Amino acid sequence: MSSNKKYWKSVEELNENSSIVETLRNNEFVEEIPTSDFLSDNDSLSSSSTTRRDFLKYVGFTTAAASLAACEGPVHKSIPYVVQPDTIIPGVADYYATTMFDGFDFANLLVKTREGRPIKIENNTIEGAKFAANARVHASVLSLYDSMRLKTPKIDSKPATWNEVDSKVKASLAEAKTSGKQVVLLTGTTASPSTDKLIADFIAKNPTAKHIVYDAVSESPALDAFEAVYGERALADYDFAKANTIVSVGADFLGDWQGGGYDKGYAQGRIPQAGKMSKHFQFEANMTLSGAAADRRVAMNEANQKLALVKIYNIITGVSVSVSKIDKEDEVVKAANQLKAAGTKGLLVSGIQDKNAQLLVIAINQVLKSEALLTASARYIRKGSNEKVTQLVADMNSGLVHTLVMSGVNPVYTLANSKAFADGLKKVKTSVAFSIKEDETAELVNIAVAAPHYLESWNDYVLTKGTYALAQPTIRPLFNSKQFQEALMSWNGIGGDYYSYIKSNATPFLAGNTWNKVLHDGVVVFGTTAINSGTADYNSAASALAQTKTNQGFELILYTKTGLGDGQQANNPWLQEFPDPITRVSWDNYATVSQADAKKFGLENRIVANGGLNGSYATLTVNGTKLENVPVIVQPGQAVGTIGLSFGYGRKASLKEEMQVGVNAYVFYNNFNNVQSVKLEKGKGEHEFACVQSQKTLMGRGDIVKETTLKVYNDPNVKVEEWNLVPMVSLDHKETPATKVDLWESFDRSTGHHFNLSIDLNACTGCGACVIACHAENNVPVVGKSEVRRSRDMHWLRIDRYYSSEDTFAGDNEKKENFSGLFGEKGSLGGFGSMEHPADNPQVAFQPVMCQHCNHAPCETVCPVAATSHGRQGQNQMAYNRCVGTRYCANNCPYKVRRFNWFLYNKNSEFDYHMNDDLGRMVINPDVNVRSRGVMEKCSMCIQMTQKTILDAKRDGREIKDGEFQTACSNACSTGAMVFGDVNDKESKVAALLEDKRMYHLLEHVGTKPNVMYHVKVRNT
Amino acid sequence: MKKVGNHNSISRIYSFGLALMLTFSLSAFAQSAPAAPAKADAPKADAMASSGGGDPIKGKELFNTNCAACHNLDKKMTGPALRGVSGRHKKDWFYGWIKNSSALIKSGDADAVKLWNENKPAVMTAFPQLSNADIDNILAYTDEVKKDPVPVPGAPKVGEVQESGISNNVILGALALVMFMLVVMLYLVNNVLTKIAKANNINTESKAGRVPIWQAFVKNQFLVLVSAIFLLLASGYFVYGYLMQIGVDQDYAPIQPIHYSHRIHAGNNKIDCKYCHSSARVSKNAGIPSLNVCMNCHKNISEVSDTTSTADGHTKAFYDAQIKKLYDAVGWDGTKYTGKTKPVKWVRIHNLPDFAYFNHSQHVTVAGIECQKCHGPVQTYEVQKQFAPLTMGWCVNCHRETEVKMEGNAYYDKIHKELSKKYGVDKLTAAQMGGLECGKCHY
Repeated sequence: MSSNKKYWKSVEELNENSSIVETLRNNEFVEEIPTSDFLSDNDSLSSSSTTRRDFLKYVGFTTAAASLAACEGPVHKSIPYVVQPDTIIPGVADYYATTMFDGFDFANLLVKTREGRPIKIENNTIEGAKFAANARVHASVLSLYDSMRLKTPKIDSKPATWNEVDSKVKASLAEAKTSGKQVVLLTGTTASPSTDKLIADFIAKNPTAKHIVYDAVSESPALDAFEAVYGERALADYDFAKANTIVSVGADFLGDWQGGGYDKGYAQGRIPQAGKMSKHFQFEANMTLSGAAADRRVAMNEANQKLALVKIYNIITGVSVSVSKIDKEDEVVKAANQLKAAGTKGLLVSGIQDKNAQLLVIAINQVLKSEALLTASARYIRKGSNEKVTQLVADMNSGLVHTLVMSGVNPVYTLANSKAFADGLKKVKTSVAFSIKEDETAELVNIAVAAPHYLESWNDYVLTKGTYALAQPTIRPLFNSKQFQEALMSWNGIGGDYYSYIKSNATPFLAGNTWNKVLHDGVVVFGTTAINSGTADYNSAASALAQTKTNQGFELILYTKTGLGDGQQANNPWLQEFPDPITRVSWDNYATVSQADAKKFGLENRIVANGGLNGSYATLTVNGTKLENVPVIVQPGQAVGTIGLSFGYGRKASLKEEMQVGVNAYVFYNNFNNVQSVKLEKGKGEHEFACVQSQKTLMGRGDIVKETTLKVYNDPNVKVEEWNLVPMVSLDHKETPATKVDLWESFDRSTGHHFNLSIDLNACTGCGACVIACHAENNVPVVGKSEVRRSRDMHWLRIDRYYSSEDTFAGDNEKKENFSGLFGEKGSLGGFGSMEHPADNPQVAFQPVMCQHCNHAPCETVCPVAATSHGRQGQNQMAYNRCVGTRYCANNCPYKVRRFNWFLYNKNSEFDYHMNDDLGRMVINPDVNVRSRGVMEKCSMCIQMTQKTILDAKRDGREIKDGEFQTACSNACSTGAMVFGDVNDKESKVAALLEDKRMYHLLEHVGTKPNVMYHVKVRNT
Repeated sequence: MKKVGNHNSISRIYSFGLALMLTFSLSAFAQSAPAAPAKADAPKADAMASSGGGDPIKGKELFNTNCAACHNLDKKMTGPALRGVSGRHKKDWFYGWIKNSSALIKSGDADAVKLWNENKPAVMTAFPQLSNADIDNILAYTDEVKKDPVPVPGAPKVGEVQESGISNNVILGALALVMFMLVVMLYLVNNVLTKIAKANNINTESKAGRVPIWQAFVKNQFLVLVSAIFLLLASGYFVYGYLMQIGVDQDYAPIQPIHYSHRIHAGNNKIDCKYCHSSARVSKNAGIPSLNVCMNCHKNISEVSDTTSTADGHTKAFYDAQIKKLYDAVGWDGTKYTGKTKPVKWVRIHNLPDFAYFNHSQHVTVAGIECQKCHGPVQTYEVQKQFAPLTMGWCVNCHRETEVKMEGNAYYDKIHKELSKKYGVDKLTAAQMGGLECGKCHY
């Protein structure tokens, strides 16, 4: 329809004779078109041999040629093996048991390989394998295919052969021997008997040599304390499942505290069984995963934590070391009393980097006779010594070190005094670095040797006392790399390869098994001798600790993030895009400040118009070292007067440009102390974060993350409906449970398989292993920081994190229930407004959300091309080749789990992540489609895995046992929070979970009948 | 890529074929079968004369089943060449050696030890099941004198066409000529009659004012409408047919780097498909056999037999050259592997799009479907081609019609009972099992 409306452009148009209007009307282009610039260039125009006619001919010819060429179909070549290895069948996956230890992370693994390519990391669940893979270990398979790896040995930054390197090092060693100067082997923690033997052999052959162990993130105080008491340099090992009362003073044991790996045992105790679950007190400064899981979390700076530890020591042991009063002392006393009452079922852990504090931890657990303290096993995963590393830097600078051989360390990046180290490196005659990447250190040394990735190499490990684990290669070395151990063998004059060396040393560890059996299993338990009991002067340690002053200004607490850890895998796009479980920020590190301090310094976080999160910049100064433009996240739960900053970021060397994000916190890591006194100033400008969750609180919607307390849960007088409320709707003017009302006729789902996924909110620690496992299994693309900022992240599985806006979620619910009217604090407008803001020390809840595979899926009914449909096995299926990208389904999804491919994310230089290079694409799972631009995608409930299980059973002609059906996430979940299975198999675990009284579905009132269920979170408050 | 097999071309082929049938319905390119008289009698007589006892015909059979894997008459393979071997040792020695060579070597027999040293480390399989008479027969066969291949008289030479009397074409030609002459004569007669009529001033009634047929057609709007609709529908049909064949490579038969004949292997020699395509049993991929699988047999078979050559230009020399190519690729110099390999770049024929998941083992092992069902009569293919269209419609049709083989498979017991009750049928199709769901093939 035509319209007679006239749109006025300016008041000037009211004046009919206005010359301006007339000129504008005749002038289409207000700004002059720069034709003269182009046409006046007579020289180039006349000198061109191409006439207009020629040009048209070329255009015509190329168009015709291109369209003709397009008519021809491509010819595909297939090249079979000349001699096919009999273990490889194309199309069938092979699994190898191996062990990962990179000096920071460690795990017992099964590596899935397809056609000789490792494509996925899975947990080894065999007896004795106790360390499950965390998010970083899951992502480590992608680091194997890092296109920026060091591909060949280099001498003075020029490619060299291994022989040249070998002769040069040997000559240097000989020179050092004759001149009597120092030879230093600087490695990360090895935990490998064969490596240790080779090093000992090396030192025996080179009398001036010494071995220095350096952990980038130090646990030296805990090691010192353990050594002082038990006479062995190791870390204590705990079984959290055995503890009924857990008190943690600054230990993020669900994170990376003393290596981590405690979440499995912890989660076991957290699932209420027979009315019991463990009680967890957490005293900490940063908001950590452990703090989020705790029943009672007290925000407290480190100085207070030290005093609190002394107080607990006083109460438990009954001595009275004088200690000044601290804030929240009542909380400390309460925790200590409960711990004392728990007796042998109590456990105290601490992450305070102070030998005295760590001595008190041992003392308290000794007095408690804690069953959770495993005396039969100690952890050998950290061995580093702070003093020796400090001494080394001094020696290097005074020219005492002749030859320095480094392996698996990157001190130029990870040392606080890296400048001193770099200067010292210049005074070292021959410096050698074995490195997977040409990192900051490898750039500065004389000889950079390409080291193989752990998936390309042999090794043996004794990670904990009494267990022997083997690492085996799952692929041939991709590059011209050499293992540190092989080099040592060559320098020691030992023939053969490292494999046979390990094998020849293995006998004492095999516990009577054959080598092949142990290699197949990946791990064997060879001994269970308990550590000798020991003691130390605990009281004086307590007195020393009690001297801590509490008014030392701002504390900077350095920590490792779930995503990047110590920063070894900074070039791993999966980890960079992994949103931090607590802050939900990806692609960055940041200073976390408390809400009170943010107000004080005028720091703020705000959501801008495009939905992205912006944050202020801060300038941090520690001991004269200044870091400018550190982005700030206002962190609920952060102890007032503390700032958190994570390691692992701010790297530049051999990192793709997109990954060069964040600031390097190691510069503040003075004296290997993770707590530093800091000065905070507000910086100029705003930082653009890529944060995937802007909604912080639940706003009192307790039906999304249902919660109750253990007391209510156990109370026989309280009906289940009171804490696991089924929403009611009106049907024929009668109140009816929403689960009974149906718009659709249900299909009969009683035949065949019917898959359900169960998620226990009590056991979920938010560790994020499932997120990365899902990435790897389903070829989920990485979209980059700016796309994530636009909320275009592609994670099929997200872990929502909610804070309470009152002190507890129960308080939120109550507040919302009591709203009346519109305005004011009690009114719904003002009330909801205030509920958007989390409390200063909120309760935290994690909720993994993926496609809920609704039996009555709202997405299916709106797809105009029937690209998404329901399978009878309960899976909501997505046919990518059918999808035309209308996105109706995503709009109609109440759970917001559908992801749209706004761009082509593979073979596209705009998205220069692993899918853009041939090497990175080797990680792609061949059983799952790589989606193209304009296509909707979402969790498929790993239909490729369920189909494979079914097919295997059909081929064997057998029924499927419970536990055989798995998804990538349930497989990766070491805490047992995620259980997957067939609910039509009445014997199955998941069928029992479906009947559990804690079971509920997300947004039950919508009536979508999801196949994913949750279990009410029970808090032991 | 070669593209045939669309609606368009099928209809074209049909119409063309119909015309051809009408025209040449009488013709038949009959060729008398080449007479290949079996001249078995002559060598038999020869052999009888030389061997002294054994029957070389039976011997040949025995030799082929028991010995040919390692021995050739004229060439050293795993074991030594055997022509005239009876002259090398005594008969009794042969009995002992063939029945249990290791025992003979252990006993310290000089000949046996010598032979062992020459052929180490290959140990000759023991054949205790062979009787002395059998061994005599085999020896008789090995004593046959080598003959150069004599062309069998009467066998047709390639390219030579044999005529049987007057060809049908000639008859047809003559008939056509007669017809043509009749037409011409009729026209001439008509002309003459008109001229006569003119000359006699007889006015033939000219049909005046008759509207030409095309004008009548144009004026009749109904007809125009109907024919327009018809034309639109017809062109729509053909356009649809054309578009539907895009990406369908039925009958695609590219030239391969090595002319591998399934006819010889799967047809003549009756090698089971899954002997070479072994991963079809357990994997989603049937797999192109690796070259070491070829060498399982071709280590011993370096040339084809004389009877393998076909009429259409595939001579023995041609086939032997293909085996040479294999040796080249795998790095076999006739006696040992040189280690210089050149992997064969086969041209892929069956290429399902990436978004479609297909699993061979599901169909081959679980369902027990013959390979030929989808791949056609491969055992007759000289050149391998894509038999089926591999379209989704083709897959889905089969899933609708095919009954799932459930007997004796414990996996299906429960689901069969439940589903057959649900659908009220005894046999379930793949579709009833959920085999038509999108997510079963697209993920």
